Amino acid sequence: MIIMLMRVLKATKTLVLPILKTHSHERIPMKGLIDQLIKIVGKDNLLTQREDMVTYSYDAAVLDPVVPHAVVMPENSEQLGQIVKVCSTHRVAMTVRGSGTNLSGGTIPSNTSGVVVLTGKLNKILEINEADMYAVVQPGVVTATLAAAVEKKGLFYPPDPGSQAVSTLGGNVAENAGGLRGLKYGVTKDYVMGLSFFDSMGEHVKSGSRTVKCATGYNLTGLMVGSEGTLGVIDEIILKLIPLPKARKSMVAVYKTIKQASETVAAIIADRIVPATLELLDNFTIRAVESYSKAGLPVDAGALLLIEVDGHPGQVEEDGRRVEEICRETGAQSVKVATDDAERDRIWAARRSALSALAKLKPTLVLEDATVPRSKIPAMVKSLQEISKKYDISIGTFGHAGDGNLHPTILTDKRNKAEWHRVEQAIEEIFDRALELGGTLSGEHGTGLAKAPFLEKETGRSAILFSRRLRKAMDPYNILNPGKITGVI
Amino acid sequence: MTDMKSLARRVKELEDQLVVCIRCGTCQSVCPLFEQTHREADVARGKLALLDGLGKNMFENAKGVEERLNRCLLCGSCAANCPSGVNVVEIFIKARAILTEYKGLSPAKQLIFKKVLSDPKTFDFFTELAGKFQGVFTKKEDNPQATSCARVISPLLDNRHFPSMAEKSFHRLTPRLNTPVGKSGIKVALFTGCIIDKVFPRIANDVIEVFKHHGIGLYIPEGQGCCGIPALASGDRETFTKLVDHHIRLFEREKFDYLVTACATCTSTIKKLWPSIYEGTGSGIKAKIRELSEKTLDINQLLVNNVQFPPLDTRDEKKGERVTYHDPCHLKKSLGVAAEPRSLIKASGHELVEMEDADKCCGMGGSFNLYHYDISSRIGNLKQQNISDTHCDTVATGCPACMIQISDMLAKNGANVKVKHPLELYAEFLRNRT
Repeated sequence: MIIMLMRVLKATKTLVLPILKTHSHERIPMKGLIDQLIKIVGKDNLLTQREDMVTYSYDAAVLDPVVPHAVVMPENSEQLGQIVKVCSTHRVAMTVRGSGTNLSGGTIPSNTSGVVVLTGKLNKILEINEADMYAVVQPGVVTATLAAAVEKKGLFYPPDPGSQAVSTLGGNVAENAGGLRGLKYGVTKDYVMGLSFFDSMGEHVKSGSRTVKCATGYNLTGLMVGSEGTLGVIDEIILKLIPLPKARKSMVAVYKTIKQASETVAAIIADRIVPATLELLDNFTIRAVESYSKAGLPVDAGALLLIEVDGHPGQVEEDGRRVEEICRETGAQSVKVATDDAERDRIWAARRSALSALAKLKPTLVLEDATVPRSKIPAMVKSLQEISKKYDISIGTFGHAGDGNLHPTILTDKRNKAEWHRVEQAIEEIFDRALELGGTLSGEHGTGLAKAPFLEKETGRSAILFSRRLRKAMDPYNILNPGKITGVI
Repeated sequence: MTDMKSLARRVKELEDQLVVCIRCGTCQSVCPLFEQTHREADVARGKLALLDGLGKNMFENAKGVEERLNRCLLCGSCAANCPSGVNVVEIFIKARAILTEYKGLSPAKQLIFKKVLSDPKTFDFFTELAGKFQGVFTKKEDNPQATSCARVISPLLDNRHFPSMAEKSFHRLTPRLNTPVGKSGIKVALFTGCIIDKVFPRIANDVIEVFKHHGIGLYIPEGQGCCGIPALASGDRETFTKLVDHHIRLFEREKFDYLVTACATCTSTIKKLWPSIYEGTGSGIKAKIRELSEKTLDINQLLVNNVQFPPLDTRDEKKGERVTYHDPCHLKKSLGVAAEPRSLIKASGHELVEMEDADKCCGMGGSFNLYHYDISSRIGNLKQQNISDTHCDTVATGCPACMIQISDMLAKNGANVKVKHPLELYAEFLRNRT
């Protein structure tokens, strides 16, 4: 009855107030384009109102937003292909977007006349083949959804980027996303057996295969992984699966200094043990996590190492014991091994909440991922401490110590202009130090817009020129996510 | 354009809360609406970006932002899972108020909120009138949910199946009550809430019975009304303030240990929104609101924490049914109450069977169901499926609004499942023992 009363309210409102026609923000008309896109996907799957455009103007990177012209949501591969063809005819820039969790600005629209293509409705797991251990997915499938689906069948899809609960596999492939398990299991590129994509003309291109080995043609699959939507638009991905490890063991080691913790990392690797995960939290991060989650972490510790070994039960037992010994030999004050799943979950909950805990301290959070060869972790940690002091900014460091991929996390408030300027200088210096140590600007977040201006420092001029020529050949009209990776062509 | 500037200035007041969002996008993984539409404007991150845009005067008018802001269940799934701790629900409620104060309440809502809802007596008059005539438009159905539906195809009711208005609302049956403290040693005031008063008086009757059994002193003052959430959801802070003032005056007449409601939404509104949104300036009123909200509890919480449940013997367990439980958003996500209702179900001698995604929103969202019945039903149908998959006889939930939505979904699918409040199960158990 209340519902009825409220319905009366709604009806009255409609009668009393004639619906005002919405005036969307008028810009340069591209009527032909919009009409053709509507014909392909239907009007419910095409957005052009200014309010909607504003919600696709950003991703998770701290960069200026760019408001696109239209947003289109294909429901199948055919529609996706037709969209590419139409954009190609109109020479309109396309930016493909999964969940928009990108940390380097790769999904920020290229320009205000550009089109954003959403993969949200291309979210079907097409096949999980247990006999041949692979899965075929559409690009909009959420990473954690696939991981859970294959786990039910006793299989394992290891890449686990921090945003896996929301990130899409298409985005993971386009960015070559990593995660906590990189050390032992590698990253996304190690699991892509094949894929198909639409080239810049809208032609459907297949590469790779459902076989473990495949030696035909160019390795176009390899080329597409990490290409950030600049070489083609992916519509199907074949992903390698492996057997789910039968056992695992987690432990937490407490150190007085971060130096000792990084020495443990080196010693474990030197002992020829490859843990599934080997994560580091510095004192700043420990204190942030503790004040946020009250998990009982030692706030006076210089650093924590969170370690997990997995595999066959016998080997896990042996490796676990040896890792524990090494931790103690290299100066750990204490080592706590999880005795059951609940304890294990508590350990990883602390790690997972690191970013959240830091995010709560200041309004703006810049998550960097300059990466160094793992033996250089102690040197990189020292550099970060110096940089934090030099520019008078807060940096919390945590991350994948086992694979050299630390996440120096800068906490600031972008509205404070003076401090933001110091932050920009600090980021540049972090890049320089990582490169001096033989590292890379990004372990797993991609180049996008954020690192495009610095890429030449890492690769040299000729690599940039080669990439640009390659890109020009594959995308003559410069419509595939222009401005990303290689800068302006 | 100048008034868009003044609106921008008002939205800027939210800036300190808005900048907390780091655009990580985690909210997409838990938003029941986004799951259906895949549209960024439907999820918290998109809406926060729109408010940010409004504060920066990016739009020619506020209509588009307002429409999108109102497409939200206010379930708080995003806030409960936000890594940065953005206080999403509070921001959205404040923003709705700012937008409504900027452009004015629609004439229909003016009438409903200012003239009817804000005055409990007028509200009762109209709902009773509607109750008397409901048989003309609707017919009762013979199903376990005891719903009614429209007699003829009606644009006002769609194809809803809804519990009928009670023949006599609770405040007619028991206008006021004040019983002494018994063996429990505690005195409790009951905030009845509109839906329990007018649709499910049987739940309030059971409160009286259960309290009597446990010797809990019960205070029910006369003249209670709405907790204010419908007004607040429509941005009408004035009516909300009036209602809060009214109830503060009403409940300060008696001393009690706890204020209890059997409605998840009322509890969450009194506990969370009364202190944070109220803007009245009466002397000492804010302290009184704080004090009252601090001693406000959900009924399941009160019982589990304060009474000794009678021991179950094997005979009780045999009589018990298989019961599954749906977590109302306003209990679990807003207040963290999830274990207590389950304990109460078990204490009633039933076998608790967990459904898949028990804490996923049922899609009701108050007026969301009214304006977006199609999406609301798609979300609700997922819940219905999860309930049906448990093959339970009964689904229990601690929120009468969820009960309405779940009844509708089950009835539509012809599912043979009863919908009850955990307290009803416990009251039945006590009755059957004696």
